[in-house]
Amino acid sequence: MSNVAIFDTRSEAKIPVESPLAYAYRRSGAPAPTTRSRATLRERPFLGHLILRGGAIVLDEAVREVLGVSLPGEPQGLVHDAEGERSLQWLSPDEWLVIVPGGEEFALENRLREALAGAHFAISNVSGGQTLIELEGEAARELLMKSVIYDVHPGHFPVGKGVTTVFAKTAVILRRPSESRWELVVRRSFADYTYRWLLDAGEEFGIGVAR
Amino acid sequence: MFHIYCPYCGELREEEEFHPRGQAHLARPADPEACTDEEWGDYLFFRDNPRGIHHELWVHSVGCRKFFNITRHTVSYEILETYKMGELPSFTAEHSRGNSTEAASRQAQVAQQAGVHV
Repeated sequence: MSNVAIFDTRSEAKIPVESPLAYAYRRSGAPAPTTRSRATLRERPFLGHLILRGGAIVLDEAVREVLGVSLPGEPQGLVHDAEGERSLQWLSPDEWLVIVPGGEEFALENRLREALAGAHFAISNVSGGQTLIELEGEAARELLMKSVIYDVHPGHFPVGKGVTTVFAKTAVILRRPSESRWELVVRRSFADYTYRWLLDAGEEFGIGVAR
Repeated sequence: MFHIYCPYCGELREEEEFHPRGQAHLARPADPEACTDEEWGDYLFFRDNPRGIHHELWVHSVGCRKFFNITRHTVSYEILETYKMGELPSFTAEHSRGNSTEAASRQAQVAQQAGVHV
């Protein structure tokens, strides 16, 4: 165990918690999906986000032991566990993003720290700093084509790929966990901007917000 | 659109994701205290401005956020190669058409000095 001071960021205290999009919902509204909606947006708030940094080999060993999934070693790799609820994404040659169901991240961090004892690594809990937005629907790809500079053609962006790229005037992590679904990991401070951009760009597709 | 190959991401990415950070391969004097003012000033402020092949440091700032090197032709703006930090260019002013064998042997030498087996 390293001598890094860590603590559970989720409090037992009854403090009202708001998702990063709460303000955007109030200010810009959230049009409900209709039968004519060709794109649907859904936020997955309060998930556990961890950034793992270190050597691929040591991290891979620890991650396989703790999560039962091997670390995506190839650039732009994205893997999910058997239930499809926990994901690991390559961000850089020594950096990975782990997203787990909300509430699991502190236990996971502790187990990883135990498994990695003595190794050279860093784990940061960034759950409060970013949120996950899902896009679904037949026009989801078209909507992304209007928003990101990255080529999202299925031939270039297969399932199981994830990249960090430019979205409008900000940056997002764009992932494709399945054929029909796209995920955007956005910074909390840019969540409102991203949301409003998506609503505006998705207007022609009758974008709906599932809540 | 203009694409640049990121050696860490292993694919061509939009130029918008990158940022140039000036001349590459600047060696910081081992002992700054022992430098003359001229040597230190050269290191801090003076950069090459060649007509032809130039080695530059770039960063994939929206992406993997890694620094890497680009060999660029300052007349045609052509990017001749991109290579990772710690590697040596195969295109140099002396070998404008690329001399990978020499670069490879120099690279092996550098790696050997650093105690890395190639």
